[in-house]
Amino acid sequence: MTIRTTTALLTCAAIAAAGTAGAEIRLGASLSATGGAAFLGDPEAKTLEMLVEQLNEEGGIDGEEVELILYDDGGDPNQARTFATRLIEDDEVVAIIGGSTTGTTMSIASLAEDEGIPFISLAGAIQIIDPVREYVFKTPHTDRMACEKIFEDMQARGFTTIGMISGTDGFGASMQAQCKEVAGDYDIEIAADETYGPQDADMTPQLTRIRNTDGIDAILNPGFGQGPAIVTRNYSQLGIDTPFYQSHGVASDAFIELAGASESEGVRLPGTALLIADLLEEGDPQREVVTSYNDAYREQYGEAPSTFGGYAHDAFLLMTNAIREAGSDDPDAIRDALEATDGLVGTTGTYTMSEEDHLGLDLSAFRMLEITDGGWSSVE
Amino acid sequence: MDAFLQFVFSGLTVGAVYALVALGFTIIYNASDVVNFAQGEFVMLGGMITWFAHDAGLPLWAAALIAIALTSLVGVALNKLAIEPARGAPVISIIIITIGASILIQGAAQLVFDKQIHRYPAFSGDAPIEVMGATILPQSIWVILGALAVFVALWLFFTRTLMGKAVLATANNRLAAQLVGIDTGGIMTLSFALSAAIGALAGVLVTPITLVSYDVGVALALKGFAGAMLGGMGNPKGALVGGLVLGLLEALTAGYLSSQYKDAVAFIVILGVLFVMPQGLFGKTAAERV
Repeated sequence: MTIRTTTALLTCAAIAAAGTAGAEIRLGASLSATGGAAFLGDPEAKTLEMLVEQLNEEGGIDGEEVELILYDDGGDPNQARTFATRLIEDDEVVAIIGGSTTGTTMSIASLAEDEGIPFISLAGAIQIIDPVREYVFKTPHTDRMACEKIFEDMQARGFTTIGMISGTDGFGASMQAQCKEVAGDYDIEIAADETYGPQDADMTPQLTRIRNTDGIDAILNPGFGQGPAIVTRNYSQLGIDTPFYQSHGVASDAFIELAGASESEGVRLPGTALLIADLLEEGDPQREVVTSYNDAYREQYGEAPSTFGGYAHDAFLLMTNAIREAGSDDPDAIRDALEATDGLVGTTGTYTMSEEDHLGLDLSAFRMLEITDGGWSSVE
Repeated sequence: MDAFLQFVFSGLTVGAVYALVALGFTIIYNASDVVNFAQGEFVMLGGMITWFAHDAGLPLWAAALIAIALTSLVGVALNKLAIEPARGAPVISIIIITIGASILIQGAAQLVFDKQIHRYPAFSGDAPIEVMGATILPQSIWVILGALAVFVALWLFFTRTLMGKAVLATANNRLAAQLVGIDTGGIMTLSFALSAAIGALAGVLVTPITLVSYDVGVALALKGFAGAMLGGMGNPKGALVGGLVLGLLEALTAGYLSSQYKDAVAFIVILGVLFVMPQGLFGKTAAERV
């Protein structure tokens, strides 16, 4: 720590001496704080605003204040592109965080790539970082990793035949496709494959069909929003006793509240450490970062932070760390420092980036959780 | 067999939700020939206000009454502020105004309430009722009974009360209605208040099943509208039957064919029916309107 402070001071002095120091570091963000993806963008925007305030109170990065320029794209990719252009050309930011959804991310990504501005996305799809784009990074794990984590757990429990019931929204459809792709690697056969619309009110017909399929060992429900809560309630209504898995899309306390504690008893899903902040053991590497974010967010906004806010927290951490490491606010230097990130502990997992990997998380970032007595418990 | 019965229960549950929304369309349509596309927002407001009042510590019944009363006021405000000033405009313009109102109410709800999904407890618990191997939740029965009650009330209103007939007269010929002493402005206000109240009641009843957030209105209004068109716009019997048929179609398709096609099949059937019977199953013929 002392060494870092010293280097920081030296860097600061060096920059000041060189006379190139701007008054502040300009960081851009385009998030979906309103509109259909508001449940993602709202906690993300709140998180960034809180963290910038915190950082500046503590003296900013190497003594320079960070100015956050935040736009609300309402989940519209065209708007996101307009705002990204404005961020780069008018606001002259050195880096961009954002893209709450895969759609908005993609339109910002192509622009960031062309203009050479480092960009950290907060969206899930694997397409964002595969193939690798020079300037594009992301913090959330991919759908594919969620599928792998779930199948790993199923394999450990000896399940070979499963039924899937997926939402037809972007998240559900993407995860459904990814799960079907990797199921074979875990010797899992998807014997029933049902879907439901994101606004549907009753899914008992789909669940009845799955129940009546021979040899089903477990049921998996990729989706987010109210759908999974209704599926869980229907599952309980029908009295199905097959083990039930949800996705990371509903990893929040709100899900238990919506589905009901007794209805969701025994449901398993892959979540992040943030969700079980109170349960983390003393020596857990994520304990400190998770607890401090959790406490600060609760204090500021009077509600528990969500996994999505955690993605923004990690993006901000990665970015400020890279700016500090780079010792300058030159976009190319920040990009190189981002790629060199090694063992940075965030709320989602521990990030180690490389030339081939602009996400930097592995399956260990996910924790298999089970709902017991209306709360979360770790099954590992 | 238990599978079939389960599909029927699912269809009735969903169908009753559609029917309740569809019934809300009838009064305003009967008074002015306007399809009120803000109807779904009344449903949303019913659910949201109830949740917030309940969360603030009020008993559920009181929260529900407040929700229905406040939503009626929103309906009256909609009429006074947006529909009345446009009096004399063609029906199509007024329909577009209601679409605008829908977007406005949704945006306002986002600011006044929040963007989260909510649910409050079902009225009679969550223990499923088992019938021959299939199950139905008590709340579904509340929704079905609610739809039937609103249907009976509307039917009595339009056929047995002077006020109901005044509503129909206003739609038929506003000038003539005025000449026989009907306060047509008052009738319009009343019809918006009643429609909003029915919408809010629907929201109160369905929220434990469908859950509620600021953006559920549009999807509910579309399904309710489809049900109302299938049954015949303006006819309470049509709204009830249309909504239930739509729900059953979806559930049976999802159960026997594939869940991927359930919306498609439902809409193909609606299109088919409307080709043969453009007025819907119970709609009045258009001859009188020449």
